[in-house]
Amino acid sequence: MPEIRFKDIVKQYGYVTVLEDLNLKVSDGEFLVLLGPSGCGKTTLLNMLAGLVEVTAGEITIGGKDVTDLDPKDRGLAMVFQSYALYPTKTVEGNLKFGLAAQKLPKAEVMERVNWAADLLQIQPLMKRKPAELSGGQRQRVAIGRALVKNVEVFLFDEPLSNLDAKLRTEMRLEIKKLHNELQKTIVYVTHDQVEAMTMATSIAIMNQGVIQQFGSPDDVYENPANLFVAKFIGAPPMNIIAATIAIKGKKILATHAASGVSMDISKYDFTHKPADGAKVYVGMRPEHFAIGSDITGKEAASFDLPVLYAEKPGSDGNAYLNSGDEQIAVRIESAMVKDLQGADARLKIAFPHDKFSVFDAQTESRI
Amino acid sequence: MANIDISEREFKQYPKKKKKIKGSSIITFIFLAMIALAVLVPLYVIIVTSFKTLDQITLGRIFDLPTTWTFEGWNKAWSEVCSGMTCNGVKAGFFTSIKILIPSIAISVGLASITGYALALWKIKWAGSFLFVLFICAFVPFQVIMIPLVLITAKLGIYGTFWAVAIVHGVLSMPFLTLIFRNFYKDIPPELINAALMDSGSFWRIFGEIVLPMSGNIIIVVLILVITGVWNDFLIGLTFGGFGAQPMTVILANTVITGTGAVRYNVDMAAALLTALPPLIVYFALGKFFVQGISAGAIKG
Repeated sequence: MPEIRFKDIVKQYGYVTVLEDLNLKVSDGEFLVLLGPSGCGKTTLLNMLAGLVEVTAGEITIGGKDVTDLDPKDRGLAMVFQSYALYPTKTVEGNLKFGLAAQKLPKAEVMERVNWAADLLQIQPLMKRKPAELSGGQRQRVAIGRALVKNVEVFLFDEPLSNLDAKLRTEMRLEIKKLHNELQKTIVYVTHDQVEAMTMATSIAIMNQGVIQQFGSPDDVYENPANLFVAKFIGAPPMNIIAATIAIKGKKILATHAASGVSMDISKYDFTHKPADGAKVYVGMRPEHFAIGSDITGKEAASFDLPVLYAEKPGSDGNAYLNSGDEQIAVRIESAMVKDLQGADARLKIAFPHDKFSVFDAQTESRI
Repeated sequence: MANIDISEREFKQYPKKKKKIKGSSIITFIFLAMIALAVLVPLYVIIVTSFKTLDQITLGRIFDLPTTWTFEGWNKAWSEVCSGMTCNGVKAGFFTSIKILIPSIAISVGLASITGYALALWKIKWAGSFLFVLFICAFVPFQVIMIPLVLITAKLGIYGTFWAVAIVHGVLSMPFLTLIFRNFYKDIPPELINAALMDSGSFWRIFGEIVLPMSGNIIIVVLILVITGVWNDFLIGLTFGGFGAQPMTVILANTVITGTGAVRYNVDMAAALLTALPPLIVYFALGKFFVQGISAGAIKG
């Protein structure tokens, strides 16, 4: 069974080191999403796995076999590209067939596989068309089909949905997820879209500047971000991060936010190592964890009464952005409230529960 | 939501916007007109002269239309005029030129497209240096290497045959054509080649099935360049053709230059037009694709 391992991978372009000593393991049947901002090295990593970019140092193994110096066609992989990379002069059928060019198969087998993929992706009626005659979503399907026909154990996706409109993106997202559930193949998927990562992945590797910041399940990454970068990257609107100073009073650990003067009781936070009195920290709070208005019981860890900068309604829920003095605080609110908060002098009372904090060291920016 | 059929919309006529003619465009127009005249006036003279009788030509009024239109000049030019000792017209040269043209197209386009493809899309060691050498080669004047080339073709035993002319044409045009192909292939999206590398990985299969079918426009550009270049060439044909494989241009020069008896202008003009005709036909037939091909690199498909 194929298990993908990256061992001490280094990639240099000239004198620029893009990746340094990177280690990563993808288990069989996993849906791994490499997530990160542009230029974080995620696509380079994927291309190295595909064999399209050379590794400067280190080793890549698939199912225990060292593939570091193998040609792309000999690695037993299939890849779907961002621009679909369909062959413009070939028909859909020709594109699918060319996917099998490296495997010397009898004609009947080729046709069987092409038909199987076409049925699965519902592109049977398009078989005689050229890529130029297809819509974006159809091209995407054909590109996936060309990968599927190869019947390999590992599929690579390089930002496959970023050229589609929002509606199609949601549809294709579900479809790719469905394919993964049906076929149970290993998938390595590169994206900068956290929604794709959160909804599709079984595990996420968040990368920044060539370093894997956190590797874990979507829930883990969302609930327990390993450092400030992950906390700010995942979530829309992202986690609120406010600078605070630790004050230890008996058994209580308080974090005081200088600009608003609010003390947050973080005693119940599960510290890996307890901070000293007077230590500088960042306290993270997810927008959706705040209790608002009449929902406040008075037993929360921290409460704020802040002026509203603006409120918006992007969909079923609303967001309010409050002025805490130095940082904005984003709060998830009910969409009915948005209208009331749009006045010039609107204020909002919010409170944060004991068990939802994330605390980071101000110096190292890691979770403590 | 109701779908409105576009054809049912009321059609409203808007007044046309008038374009102003600027002073600078008038100057451009005059300049272009002068250049056009500089080409068209001599061409007119050549054409009318080729249809005149010798008697009318001796009157010297070169701009007059023929009093009696005659194909006598054309017939003589095609099959009777003498080049040296043989008097078969430019017809013999026409077929030699064709014989030279076909292998030289095959050699130059074949070599250049494959080399350009390799240089543009495959990771090849020393590709940059090789490209630089090609670039230098493209600018070496033919006259500099003419004599060594004659010796080489003589050693190979092909000197004086149309093969010598064709191979020299093919080899000499290869560097420049390679640069053209390479620049065209550089614009093929890298993801497409990556996909092909993962799907097939075969150098020849990717070329034959993916890259070559995408090269229609650039091949037409190169064909026009090669056909006109080879057909209009005089020096290479003269140098390497010997007596056995003189292309049409060489025959034409011989018939016009050798002066036995009175100069028959109508025959000379007709011979010149006959020689110039094939590239012209190619231009008219493929001109549209030529323009498309030149700008093809600018448009992303």
